[in-house]
Amino acid sequence: MNMMTGVSPWERLIRPDRVHGSLYTDPEIFEAELKNIWYRTWVYVGHESEVPNANDYVVKSIGPQSVIMTRDEQGKVNLLLNRCSHRGNQVCSFERGNARSFTCPFHSWTFANDGRLVGYAFPDGYEGQDKSQLALGRVTRVESYRGFVFGSFAADGPTLKEHLGGAAETIDRLVRTSPEGEVEITAGFLKHRVKANWKFILENECDGYHPAFVHTSIFGVADSMIGKLYGGTSTALTRDYGNGHTEIDLRPEFRKRDAPMSWFGTSEERLPDYTARMKTAYGDTAAREIMIDGTPHVMIFPNLFIAEIQMFVIQPLGVDDSVQHVTALQFKGAPDLNRRLRQQTMGSVGPAGFLLADDSEMYERCHRGVLARNPEWIFLGRGEKRQRQDELGFTVGHVTDEVPSRGIWAHYRKLMEAA
Amino acid sequence: MLSRESSATLMSAITAFLYREARLQDEHQYEAWEKLWTDDGVYWVPANGADIDPERQMSIIYDNRSRIALRVRQLMTGKHFTQTPQSNLRRLISNIELMDEQPDNGDIAVASNSLIFESSLRDDMLWAARSEYRLRHVDGELRMASKKVILVNNDKAIYTLSFLV
Repeated sequence: MNMMTGVSPWERLIRPDRVHGSLYTDPEIFEAELKNIWYRTWVYVGHESEVPNANDYVVKSIGPQSVIMTRDEQGKVNLLLNRCSHRGNQVCSFERGNARSFTCPFHSWTFANDGRLVGYAFPDGYEGQDKSQLALGRVTRVESYRGFVFGSFAADGPTLKEHLGGAAETIDRLVRTSPEGEVEITAGFLKHRVKANWKFILENECDGYHPAFVHTSIFGVADSMIGKLYGGTSTALTRDYGNGHTEIDLRPEFRKRDAPMSWFGTSEERLPDYTARMKTAYGDTAAREIMIDGTPHVMIFPNLFIAEIQMFVIQPLGVDDSVQHVTALQFKGAPDLNRRLRQQTMGSVGPAGFLLADDSEMYERCHRGVLARNPEWIFLGRGEKRQRQDELGFTVGHVTDEVPSRGIWAHYRKLMEAA
Repeated sequence: MLSRESSATLMSAITAFLYREARLQDEHQYEAWEKLWTDDGVYWVPANGADIDPERQMSIIYDNRSRIALRVRQLMTGKHFTQTPQSNLRRLISNIELMDEQPDNGDIAVASNSLIFESSLRDDMLWAARSEYRLRHVDGELRMASKKVILVNNDKAIYTLSFLV
């Protein structure tokens, strides 16, 4: 806090319609973000379906920290830090597996998959030690919403439900695309690294202004309906849910088309099995509505992006070093849909994807660009004068407007000022 | 079994084919490269190991023939920004081995190693891979019926791979 003026350093860097370029490039700001955002707010870690059986584990991350997501023998999901409590060695070096315990290779300390220290080698010499004080570190709070597991390192703060707020409804909308009401994450991840700050990715996920330009090469040669959703005359919306969560709401366009499965560029006829299961599960009318509306395009702050057919998880490693973990969404009870989801996901995202390769190129060029400090600011004012409140009180704007970026930065400022 | 002489002739034709493919890729001759494929060609770059099932698990590239054509068409637009400007590339192909001279369907199984130097706007990169081919004689010329490129670091987070690998 600046004592002379009462203006916080963050207010100097973040204004309603612009942000300072140093927010993307200053290593000290990145360190402050780790502390105030990544190690405090709710961060998406993994999905329950990645550890379906007792003793399954999968290695995930929160920022640069390695986190082991385990399902213990009681069926509870734990988020353990991958660091031996003795000398700091990583206790798990495989990406996934099934194990009741993890034994550190350095001095053979052994931890149960719920984190308890169950034994150390040559126990004489540890007389009087309290094993319960030497467990694996844990992510302080763990909560899941419809199978999506989030962790927070803060002991106190909003519940996950409070954090998700209005954006929880987008996850409800997502899971009902399955005739059994469940998403499964079973197709493995592509890991795409970029030399760019993580916030360029965060903002781009719900930037509806760029597709017409960045993706022109693929829209021009593929028989794709995506391009039309992002044009100047589109009726699609951008929305700010608060708490940094943002959405591109494409439902107005899909409802105009009034054709089930057009959101996925296909039709009921091509997915007869899926269509039948949906109608059995939800009834004809509701199934039709669900299949017209399609899945959400929502960015759950700070790292979970649902992009209609795929899921992205953003991981910051350094101020200019980030990874996007991407996989196809799979809907329980929908094998014919799932195959198409995998095929289209492989085509569009990952290091060689028709879409994501060009997005990544833009993040990297932006990152190099903002190292230039004149002009100092990044302008985010598009649509500021025409944004409005929707019936639930959330700010909405045209699909090409920068409502999402402004929402992200307003929340970012709150988190950083609360430090 | 082929005679030693005919085997040597085949090996030299295969080597010439692989070198030519490498040059077309390095020099961004996309249309000429596309013509190396058979009508049922499959271009596969697995992720997370060499032995995943591409029908169940995500791959970096898993293109059937029509998607190979789409990939080439996107590159040809000149607006695939990650290749505009194009990467400068040179690759070394080595360790060429005939893995199976006369399998049941007549395709020839060949494997090689490659080391690819890429210089792009981002940085200079070194990529290493094992490539496994099924080659087929079509109208007297060798064609690729499948090409599987196993990047040595395909289990890690990798930078954009937008040139023809």
